[in-house]
Amino acid sequence: MPEQQLTNADDLSAAFDRRNADWYIDKLVQALVFIGGISAIIFVIGIFAFVTKEGFGFLLDRFDFQEFFTSPYWYPSDEDAPEYGILALIAGTASVTGLAMIVAIPFSLGAAIYIAEFATGKTREALKVLVELLAAIPSVVWGFIGLTIMNPLIIDLFDVPVGLNVLNAGIILGLMAAPIMTSIAEDALKAVPDRYREAAEAMGATRWQVIFKVVLPAAKNGLLGAVLLGVGRGFGETMAVLMATGHSVNIPGSIFDSVRALTATIAAELGETAVGSDHYQVLFTIGIFLFLITFIINLTADLIVRGVRKG
Amino acid sequence: MFETSELNIKNQRVQRLYKLLFLMMTMLLILPVLLILGTLVVKGGSVISIDFLFTAPTDGMTAGGLFPALFGTVWLVAVALLISVPLGIAAAIYLSEYAGENWFTRIINLAIINLAGVPSIVHALFGVGAFVLFFGFGTSILAASLTLAIMTLPVVIVATRESLAAVPHAFREACWNMGATRWQTIRRVVLPNAVSGILTGVILEVSRTSGETAPIMFTGAVFFTPFLPQGIFDQTMAMSLHLFVVSTQVPGVPEDLPYGVALVLIAMVLLMNSISIGFRTWLRGKKKW
Repeated sequence: MPEQQLTNADDLSAAFDRRNADWYIDKLVQALVFIGGISAIIFVIGIFAFVTKEGFGFLLDRFDFQEFFTSPYWYPSDEDAPEYGILALIAGTASVTGLAMIVAIPFSLGAAIYIAEFATGKTREALKVLVELLAAIPSVVWGFIGLTIMNPLIIDLFDVPVGLNVLNAGIILGLMAAPIMTSIAEDALKAVPDRYREAAEAMGATRWQVIFKVVLPAAKNGLLGAVLLGVGRGFGETMAVLMATGHSVNIPGSIFDSVRALTATIAAELGETAVGSDHYQVLFTIGIFLFLITFIINLTADLIVRGVRKG
Repeated sequence: MFETSELNIKNQRVQRLYKLLFLMMTMLLILPVLLILGTLVVKGGSVISIDFLFTAPTDGMTAGGLFPALFGTVWLVAVALLISVPLGIAAAIYLSEYAGENWFTRIINLAIINLAGVPSIVHALFGVGAFVLFFGFGTSILAASLTLAIMTLPVVIVATRESLAAVPHAFREACWNMGATRWQTIRRVVLPNAVSGILTGVILEVSRTSGETAPIMFTGAVFFTPFLPQGIFDQTMAMSLHLFVVSTQVPGVPEDLPYGVALVLIAMVLLMNSISIGFRTWLRGKKKW
């Protein structure tokens, strides 16, 4: 093939121009997957925007910061003088989530330590699969378990009139959150380099000394992240707390009191409200509040976990 | 020189004790759940029959089967997958193959984490505000599935991104050196090597989507309808909501019936999950690099 003579700059650039059909397809695909990439951002903004849009009327006209956050009276469907205080609902969510964390944190960290540091080979794989399967049980099934199995059990064991209460929902929520916290905590422990363990063992440390003095301090942030994500999960859980708390507006005095959670209130009442009514809008206002809280929890967890990776 | 000293013996004992302690904690976490599942199987097992799976509820939902709910869940999951799978795979391809390590990628990652972390009932509110009202889909399979798809999008993204990242970088470099464009490389080299991992994620997504209740409550699933859905603009019954309804909303339901519904739902979800896990394990064993 005779060599082509390139006489001027235009010919030169034309010869090296690779913009054929494949080049254009490549650019098109790049644009398409970029849309996929930013879709997550669009959806998060969309969620905030649409939930705010529906609740905006209430925020503008009716919203009284002090009443909303400090009044325990929630009578949104009262025709003459509706009251919109979510303090009791916050107390309900907080008590259930708090008890759930008391149940879940020690056990899930213990399980994570066992799976990551003690278990080997097939046992480890089997436990990991089991934990993953437990995490997959739908929340409505958990609620059903609270209703049908935990409820009579609590009545029998503690001799109380109602078994749908903080204790019931707290245990259910704890069992729900534990598998997720276990997997994240186990990841955090796995992320501690083996050479740390080897160095400690070379100094004569026993396995438990290695775990308590070396691995746990090194994985501290990751474990904290796991706990935070568990809190976020408990906080946002809807169906299980709707079915297991007893669903009565109440600031709990003991773990045997029935309560009502923020999420469950929306789930139970949205169906009965007329679109655009004050009651409808206040439920969306609670939604904004839930969105913001979980946003902060997730952001903090992410910052903490990322802090480890850098360090 | 290497005799076992007294200190060593003590240490070994302590270590065994700790191992036992942590094993007990693990068991305490797992055993109650297995017991509970056992109860479900025992109590629900007697209800389940071919008839139960393939007939509609009768007598004000106190008798009969759950077919419309099962059928509706299949509809909801199928439509949700049609939306979330392409979108999720595109997002994962962008993140794994195109995105650089910069603040923009970090924001996308943060958005994904948030999408997974926002309470399901807030997703439901979003679904009502956006799809039911603003876009005017009404309470329909389309609105419910869109809500489900957005909520579970992170599952597909994370699984796909992991399986794309598992394809060695050298494969891509070899392809680029042959003059292939980025897309040609992705389509002919990266995706074929990652396809089974992506499938694992999709199955996991089916499992997640079929168990969700709150997001579909107000967007397209109804307590009871005598009609099977004919298209994406119809309302439908769904397994998860059906369990909620028969266990809390309907008076006079025989005690066993909700157990049967719960068992079918959980069997469906766990079966999908097990297939996904089994598939993943098989893949790991097969991997050549």
